[in-house]
Amino acid sequence: MSREAMNHDAGRLRGRPVYVVDGTRTPFLKARGRPGPFHASDLAHAAGRALLTRLAVDAGRVDQVVLGCVSSGPDEANIGRVVALRLGCGERVPAWTVQRNCASGMQAVESAALEIASGRCDLVLAGGTESMSHHPVLFNELMVAWLGAWSQARTLGARGKALMQLRAQHFKPVIALLRGLTDPVVGLSMGQTAEELAERFGVDRATMDAYAVRSHQRLDRANGNGWMDEIEPLYDSDGNVYEHDDGLRPDSSTDALAKLRPVFDRPVGRVTAGNSAQVTDGAAMLLLASQAAVEAHGLPVLGRIVDSQWAGLDPAQMGLGPVHAMAPLMQRHGLDSDDVGVWEINEAFAAQVIACTRAWQSDGYCRDQLGLDGGFAPIDEDRLNVDGGGVSLGHPVGASGARITLHALKVMQREQRGVGIASLCIGGGQGGALLLEGAQEANA
Amino acid sequence: MNPHFSIDKDSNGIAWLTFDKADSGTNVLTEEVLEAFDQSLVTVAQMHPKGLVILSGKRNGFIAGADVKAFARVAGVASAEKHIRRVHEIFHRLEAMAFPTVAAIRGFCLGGGLELALACDYRVCCNDGGTRLGFPEVKLGIFPGYGGTVRATRLLGDLKALELMLGGRTVSARAARRLGLVDLAVPQRQLRPAALRLLDERKSPRRAGRLARVPAFAPLRPLVTRFMTRQVHKHVNTEHYPAPLELLAHWQATAGDATDMYASEASNVARLINATTAQNLIRVFLLQDRLKAEGNKADFAPRHVHVVGGGVMGGDIAAWCALKGMRVTLQDRAPEYLTRAIERAHTLFRRKLKDRYAAQAAVDRLMPDHRGSGVRSADVVIEAIFEDIDAKQALYAEIEPQLKPGAVLATNTSSIPLATLGEKLANPGRLVGLHFFNPVAKMPLLEIVRDTTTDADVVTRAAAFARHIDKLPLKVRSSPGFLVNRVLMPYLLEAVELLDEGVPAAVVDQAAVSFGMPMGPIELADTVGLDICLSVAQKMAEALHNPVPERLREMVEAGELGRKSGKGFYAWRKGKADKPAVKTESPIDANDISDRLVLRLVNESVACLRERVVDDEDLLDAGVIFGTGFAPFRGGPMHYVHSRGDVAVKQRLDELENRFGQHFHADAGWGAMA
Repeated sequence: MSREAMNHDAGRLRGRPVYVVDGTRTPFLKARGRPGPFHASDLAHAAGRALLTRLAVDAGRVDQVVLGCVSSGPDEANIGRVVALRLGCGERVPAWTVQRNCASGMQAVESAALEIASGRCDLVLAGGTESMSHHPVLFNELMVAWLGAWSQARTLGARGKALMQLRAQHFKPVIALLRGLTDPVVGLSMGQTAEELAERFGVDRATMDAYAVRSHQRLDRANGNGWMDEIEPLYDSDGNVYEHDDGLRPDSSTDALAKLRPVFDRPVGRVTAGNSAQVTDGAAMLLLASQAAVEAHGLPVLGRIVDSQWAGLDPAQMGLGPVHAMAPLMQRHGLDSDDVGVWEINEAFAAQVIACTRAWQSDGYCRDQLGLDGGFAPIDEDRLNVDGGGVSLGHPVGASGARITLHALKVMQREQRGVGIASLCIGGGQGGALLLEGAQEANA
Repeated sequence: MNPHFSIDKDSNGIAWLTFDKADSGTNVLTEEVLEAFDQSLVTVAQMHPKGLVILSGKRNGFIAGADVKAFARVAGVASAEKHIRRVHEIFHRLEAMAFPTVAAIRGFCLGGGLELALACDYRVCCNDGGTRLGFPEVKLGIFPGYGGTVRATRLLGDLKALELMLGGRTVSARAARRLGLVDLAVPQRQLRPAALRLLDERKSPRRAGRLARVPAFAPLRPLVTRFMTRQVHKHVNTEHYPAPLELLAHWQATAGDATDMYASEASNVARLINATTAQNLIRVFLLQDRLKAEGNKADFAPRHVHVVGGGVMGGDIAAWCALKGMRVTLQDRAPEYLTRAIERAHTLFRRKLKDRYAAQAAVDRLMPDHRGSGVRSADVVIEAIFEDIDAKQALYAEIEPQLKPGAVLATNTSSIPLATLGEKLANPGRLVGLHFFNPVAKMPLLEIVRDTTTDADVVTRAAAFARHIDKLPLKVRSSPGFLVNRVLMPYLLEAVELLDEGVPAAVVDQAAVSFGMPMGPIELADTVGLDICLSVAQKMAEALHNPVPERLREMVEAGELGRKSGKGFYAWRKGKADKPAVKTESPIDANDISDRLVLRLVNESVACLRERVVDDEDLLDAGVIFGTGFAPFRGGPMHYVHSRGDVAVKQRLDELENRFGQHFHADAGWGAMA
């Protein structure tokens, strides 16, 4: 049996139905060059606390907590457990943390879904969190070695000698955020992988910028219509409240974006800060439940997680991950693009989302890379990222997977859609996707 | 074996003496316990152990001190002195044991408990936040009498020991270690090992160095006393609270000689405890116990409190509940109305909880909740919005259908009758008043307001809730001003009246402070805010026939609101009243001023009793002391009346009525008394 044929059904999520009860998220707060007001655990705690309170579910009733986070703070080892305890779940409730780069939040949701499907749990709190403004700045290895030597130097002479060896290069910090956004195997930054896709699929600068402007406009419209009610405000200790995603630029225009210089492939590239996802702090939390838990606690149902898929591909092409993850889902469930009412494909880069849609309908790409007979029908732009995405509201790496899952379900509820897909590309060359079912179908 | 102590000699020859007072949650040194302790020491001595560890079997602490209840029943100076000499004997026995002794302290170790620990060779305490050591005796109008003045000066040196005993404050484990009060402060898991190590090392017990004992040289003592007296005057009015000066006099007379000092302790403390001040302060201590007993934690186990209203009152109530371990949701109509409350809560938590993990946990327990999601899971819902009947009724209409069965619905109203607020409820009986005082974090009293409509078990649950958040519940009937504001209002209005008659504000305030009030009425009005005073006065004016002074109205209209606006009756700078030196002669003499203020409060208290706003005189005294700070050493307004003589006070009221007008007309309630 070929690898593709094996995949066809073997990957299916089996077992008991998995319901999403509800979810909340924090506003996404743009990192502004200094540590923001909230640590990753603060963000996840705020979202989780609001969710449980809104549902009137006692934190102690939760069977498990799973949290996705790419890089938690030094005081947040196993941040899932930190958040579970801070939520008052109690010491007896186990909690863990998952990391799959940009899909960590989706991994958490999927792991929680598996726990429920298998019958091991009935009620699981899952989500993702990231405080990118708190990603550490580290000493470089030269400095670490020097500090080691310094601690060994006991005499005044030895210390003087050690001091003499200090050079300016010792003080050059390692910015963990930038290193994390660089592929450690092929050496490309995430922006450079987007440049690869732009070139390969012929996505020009104007198309990217137009996409970015639309992302802002869509988010602005959603805010105006009160569609972002999954957001719970954050309050800091200095008397400030944060109610909305603060990366939004409602006045964004293609003219303004055209003035920005490329960031990754200077001077000739086309990916700019304006058409890339924003570096952001934020968290999203969902409550997942079995049928038994829904009935026992009298919980509402937002939708159902039907199936999931992970895929691997060339790290240099990581932005196409969604195509590789979504295709097997479609095949397994006999779907074509028109059957899907709501698409959330995480906007890491405008170029990357556009490349995905082009690859998706490309006979050549689907045949050569996915072993399919041909491409899928085009994805209707009016059903894709309808309320904006990473470009306008930001991409706190560990949180986005949970956010798009939640938001896809919210849009499905709003627009009465039965089927939805949430998917993202993953640094390191992977893609992840969840197949979702709306509340009407789930309840039926 | 006796019921309070158990002795266990381990295989290494160490005796472990555990104090676990029978029929009590707290270790207290009653006469019976002390005798039992003495017997235990005899038993231990007969075992010939290598060493003795004394510890507590209670979770809450080591020993809370001597038996204050018995203090209230002492029958004369001679028997008190005999008791003290007997305790000296027992503690001498402990001190003179042929083997080393150590007190292993966890939680509080106060007064007589600390004196017992000081009679051991060594002390080790647990270094967590719950450990508090100190001599609170001066707060009861006495000073340490179980050998504490001798052993503390010997251990710490005279200055440090005097300072500790004069202030009556308690110290943390770290501070105790720094002072030298304990030999070691260790994590709880190391308490027993540390005690064993001290016994094993057998170092000579710690003593203050010679330098620290220099102040005890006879020629220097008067100087030291003068210096310390000056320090005392900065903090207390020694006319009202003589104990600190008595302690200094005792020290000055006898510090050179331990035998003299023990004898002087016995005679002086016996005398003080029989004096009025101590007896009144002990009364206040017992009144506090009485209020505590008004609510029983076992009756109700609330975990989640929902507060509606993010203003100063609502916000501070929410923060206080979170501080005391409740899960709290705080609602107001939009997020921006909650930010100030959250900011203030952070400040409160930082100040009260030194431990950053504990502060974080408190922050986590307090959830700003503009959607009001918390109502559904709350055990107690407290409404603290503005005083408007329609708004409150509309809010209850929203809340009531969401309430859990058995949840308490409470209002923080200070002026609207419960029956009115509850008339549109499906179940009016579930509405109860929880009247907090400002500032919430400082005021210990919580009025539990009930109307004829209020269910009895709701009142019980509300009182239990008060205990869960460490407040003193006082059950009051729903009538204008309840108890505290009602008795305070005539007192404040009289102060304004005096101003109108030309008495300078500082003179009015001084008269009240001299009586023993924590703050004069004018300064109090400025601090509370004149707008608030006016609003309460207006609400009460109708019902109680207290006309509202024009002057108050004019000042509020002019934006002179007191401390918060920078100008009221006083000018305020950096939170302090600028009190001008009084140049003009007051037209009214100080005695009259004092009586005019105090007797109006007293007269209103009599009216409250007649109307049965509270059930009895003790509750009234307790409420007024803990709700207003009414001179504690006077034992409360009714106790004050009785000490001065019911007839005399009534006559004085009649006289004031003749001279100053009918607002001094003695309440009908006097008829039943005088």
